[in-house]
Amino acid sequence: MTKITFKDAAGGSRTVEANDGSTVMETAIRNAVPGIEAECGGACACATCHVYIDDAWTEVVGKPSQMEEDMLDFAFEVRPTSRLSCQIKVAPNLDGLVVTTPAKQG
Amino acid sequence: MTESFETDVVIVGAGPAGLFAVFELGLLDIKCHLIDILSKPGGQCSELYPEKPIYDIPGFPEVSAQGLVDNLIKQIQPFNPVFHMGEMVERVETLGDSAHPLFRVTTDAGTEITAKCVLVAAGGGSFMPKKPPIPQIEVYEGKSVFYAVRKVEQFRAKRVTIVGGGDSALDWVLNLHPVAQRVTLIHRRDAFRAAPHSVNAMRELVASGQMDFLMGQVAGLKGEGGQLSALTVRKESGESVDVACDDMLPFFGLTMKLGPIAGWGLNLHENLIPTDTEKFETSTPGIFAIGDIITYPGKLKLILSGFHEGALAAQKVHRYVYPDKRLVFQYTTSSTSLQKKLGVN
Repeated sequence: MTKITFKDAAGGSRTVEANDGSTVMETAIRNAVPGIEAECGGACACATCHVYIDDAWTEVVGKPSQMEEDMLDFAFEVRPTSRLSCQIKVAPNLDGLVVTTPAKQG
Repeated sequence: MTESFETDVVIVGAGPAGLFAVFELGLLDIKCHLIDILSKPGGQCSELYPEKPIYDIPGFPEVSAQGLVDNLIKQIQPFNPVFHMGEMVERVETLGDSAHPLFRVTTDAGTEITAKCVLVAAGGGSFMPKKPPIPQIEVYEGKSVFYAVRKVEQFRAKRVTIVGGGDSALDWVLNLHPVAQRVTLIHRRDAFRAAPHSVNAMRELVASGQMDFLMGQVAGLKGEGGQLSALTVRKESGESVDVACDDMLPFFGLTMKLGPIAGWGLNLHENLIPTDTEKFETSTPGIFAIGDIITYPGKLKLILSGFHEGALAAQKVHRYVYPDKRLVFQYTTSSTSLQKKLGVN
């Protein structure tokens, strides 16, 4: 089982188990992780599942697609490590992944 | 200007649940007006994911969200629903009593509709502009920070800063440029998801020195008493610069908020409207609610649940609209009177 740690802007942290093949956003929603709204339900259409990838993980997780990069225009406080968590598929190579949720989604 | 209408039912929200309710009510000879804050019918389906396939609509192994909406609109054509698009319901006033309900529904555009029943099919609530989390922004909202343009003239001879990289941002850059003293566009990157001809027009204005483009994100606001004097912009390099500015227009898309529904006197539970599961009536007799905005034991936020809820609500609405008529249950496959209403007989 792949473990993912969600940190929040206030310094809180929670590690949950994720199903391979699901998305990081779905993992957050299923575990009621605060700070991920996912209004559109994972259609890459709302930018309310914005996360910052921990520096140690940016290369493994990879860069956003063109569509995701466009959608990030609607997120706030975008950084070079910003991703939409609905577009990150969970796989064994992400075991130990650390992401931080922003102070505000929408 | 106030426009007034009278009808049987006002449906708040023109998403799939609200649209299909027109069909179920129409079969029972009940007339509807629909009100929605978006500019076209379809709700989240059309606004958020029009091209995404949906796989759990009965009878459709796969249908695009917009395809479903288009079909629903076609399906309700025989009942001539009246749409009031781009308007938000602000007030719902009770005029009648619980045995003979009557309501006056007023929108932010001044439209007034008197109806025997109200059906709330508002999904996640109203689509409202996203507000950037810039400290103190609320002090400036409505005075020098605006999320929509109501009157272009209000920006005449002003230093206007538009923030964002989508169509709204680019359209207003081009529309306000002839009016404003100076327009500045701020966006986090040098790429835009707006229509290419708008982007080209903006780039030409920048190249000829008629407006400014600055890559970065707004981190702070400076001003007094709600009147902006400058924005602090953080560039990608980490360096911050101040941009002189009278008015700021941030365009970061829409998000769903419950909005004025909270003030209509309905019982709410965690921003959802509790209903019964027989009639889908709210705590106010004559006000019904269906779809994603309601809650009851076992509720699922599925489009098909919204359809079912609308069909059941229509039965009770009929009793309010036609208190003296007995309702005979009929099928569209066999009833000549239903087929006549649908124009297929």
